[in-house]
Amino acid sequence: MATDSNAPTDKAPAQTRFIEVSRIEAGFFPFAMISPAVILILLVVGFPLLYSLYVSFTPYELLKPNSLNFTTARALRNYQKLLNDEVFWRSLWNTIVFLAVTVNLSYALSMALSQLLARVTAGQSLLRTLLMVPMMFAPILVGMQFRWFFNANVGLVNNFLISVGLIQEQGQIAWLVDVPLGMISIMIASIWMNIPVLTIILLAGTLSLPAETFEAAEVDGASGWQKFRFITFPLLAPFSYIALTIMSLDIARAFDIVRIMTDGGPARRTEMLWTYITRLAIEDTKFGLGSAMSWITVSLSVLFTLYFFRQLVKARIVR
Amino acid sequence: MITRSVGPNRGRNDLIWNAVAWVVLLLLALPAFWIIMTAFRPNVEINTFPPVWIPRRLTLEAYANMFGLNPEVQQRVAVEAYLRNSLLASGLSTVVAVSLGTLAGYAFARFRFRFHTPLFLGIMLSRAVPGVALSLPLFLLFNRVGLVNNVLGLALVYVAVNIPFTAWLMDGFFRQIPKELTESAYIDGCGHWSAFWRIELPLSLPGLATAAIFAFLAAWNEFQIVSVLARNNAAKTFPPGLFAFTEQFTVDWRGMAAMSVIMMAPAVIFVILVQRNLVSGLTFGAVKG
Repeated sequence: MATDSNAPTDKAPAQTRFIEVSRIEAGFFPFAMISPAVILILLVVGFPLLYSLYVSFTPYELLKPNSLNFTTARALRNYQKLLNDEVFWRSLWNTIVFLAVTVNLSYALSMALSQLLARVTAGQSLLRTLLMVPMMFAPILVGMQFRWFFNANVGLVNNFLISVGLIQEQGQIAWLVDVPLGMISIMIASIWMNIPVLTIILLAGTLSLPAETFEAAEVDGASGWQKFRFITFPLLAPFSYIALTIMSLDIARAFDIVRIMTDGGPARRTEMLWTYITRLAIEDTKFGLGSAMSWITVSLSVLFTLYFFRQLVKARIVR
Repeated sequence: MITRSVGPNRGRNDLIWNAVAWVVLLLLALPAFWIIMTAFRPNVEINTFPPVWIPRRLTLEAYANMFGLNPEVQQRVAVEAYLRNSLLASGLSTVVAVSLGTLAGYAFARFRFRFHTPLFLGIMLSRAVPGVALSLPLFLLFNRVGLVNNVLGLALVYVAVNIPFTAWLMDGFFRQIPKELTESAYIDGCGHWSAFWRIELPLSLPGLATAAIFAFLAAWNEFQIVSVLARNNAAKTFPPGLFAFTEQFTVDWRGMAAMSVIMMAPAVIFVILVQRNLVSGLTFGAVKG
């Protein structure tokens, strides 16, 4: 460690400390290297987003081309509509519950799994390959497969439960229909998809921890749980935040799963922000309203990611 | 490295941990095996009750049906079109995204400049925009320039979507190359560009391959944007193709499984190729600020 951390120069202001101080000063050159990427992102993501902000202030409907006009008096109409829309609030609530449960459970299960894998003495590499199997699945495929597994009549889950005698053949469980089973089914699918990447990162972190620390703790008579709670877990913080940041960047992939498993139904029980946008803009062709909804969603996603990024930066500085 | 319990119980404990790990991971991988198995089973075994857990017979029927080799079944799935569009959109976007993302990642890893952190953060946050939200304005704008229902338009979007993650990965890989190497290149008279092009880029090729595979898979698996931008088989890729299965009255689960297997092929190759590199690229920043 000591060899590659240079003494901080007094040039570096406090808030940019996470920039490695040993980086090279090169004038205009780095900007030339970054600009193609930035220009392309501005063109394909930045500009469309600004355009959609404009559209969100108009009553635009796709089938009425003349409705794309901006009037100051009606600018906030779409946002007002949404704030008074019961389905919007329900989809927001569903999304928050979904994210809270999925993110926390995915993280907790991956943490447990990584600690388990770190202790395995035989067949490590084969186990890691098994672990990566869910990564081979596109999100849409994950949704498709769980829709099939949870199908009331031909689904694997009900068939299995009947085979082992837990439920009767007439008492098939309507996994994707009942409250709160629909939500739970979607969460299970989503967690299944999240586990591999999280576990791989946490496992890599665990294996890189210094063995001396644990030996010292053992000499002091620390239990397994104490070792995890007071050594492994805190030392893994940077890895945890990398894992959570990656997950938050990809969290909207859950849309694919919801869309194919329940499409927000039945009766909007599993409606989430993403599916509601599709319903408003694509199915009802109300692009103005859909864009307003999009902007609310984008703001939430960006804040969510920003939060984990900040934590990641903080965790890096501490080391 | 790995902490192990000491004392007389050690052997037995190890055995228990190993067994638990195997059971958990086999359960985790089970759904995938079920899908693959389903693709090669006769239909009667799939839709019967009580369920047949172990296949009695394997068959390629599903693929014969899919590619129109079975005269009794009308070909309903345009696999060839999906394959062509998926390959084109993913392949093109990967080449461009990896090029631009590598340049940016190198600048972030090596140089000190104004707005370093805000620029990095800005690029990463652009990735956090949900595809659904982005697809609406893209549809309106692309409609004006003729890029709706166009594979090239799709590739353009995937470039922008894939740059951030590529830049992040490459930033991590470049930082693993000792700085002294760059410095000695400068002493030998290399400029910034030739130090990058002749010394560091060749050293980061394994990382580059990892980033490329990641970008390819992200485009290959993308659903939200393509489902809005592609109107028919001229631009539809595998994910909307797979989704079309659910829009039929009775879902052909075996056909779906058969197509899934084709769709999974690039990902299987990826798992075999880049396991190790992926981890070091993602986690390097954690150890070394």
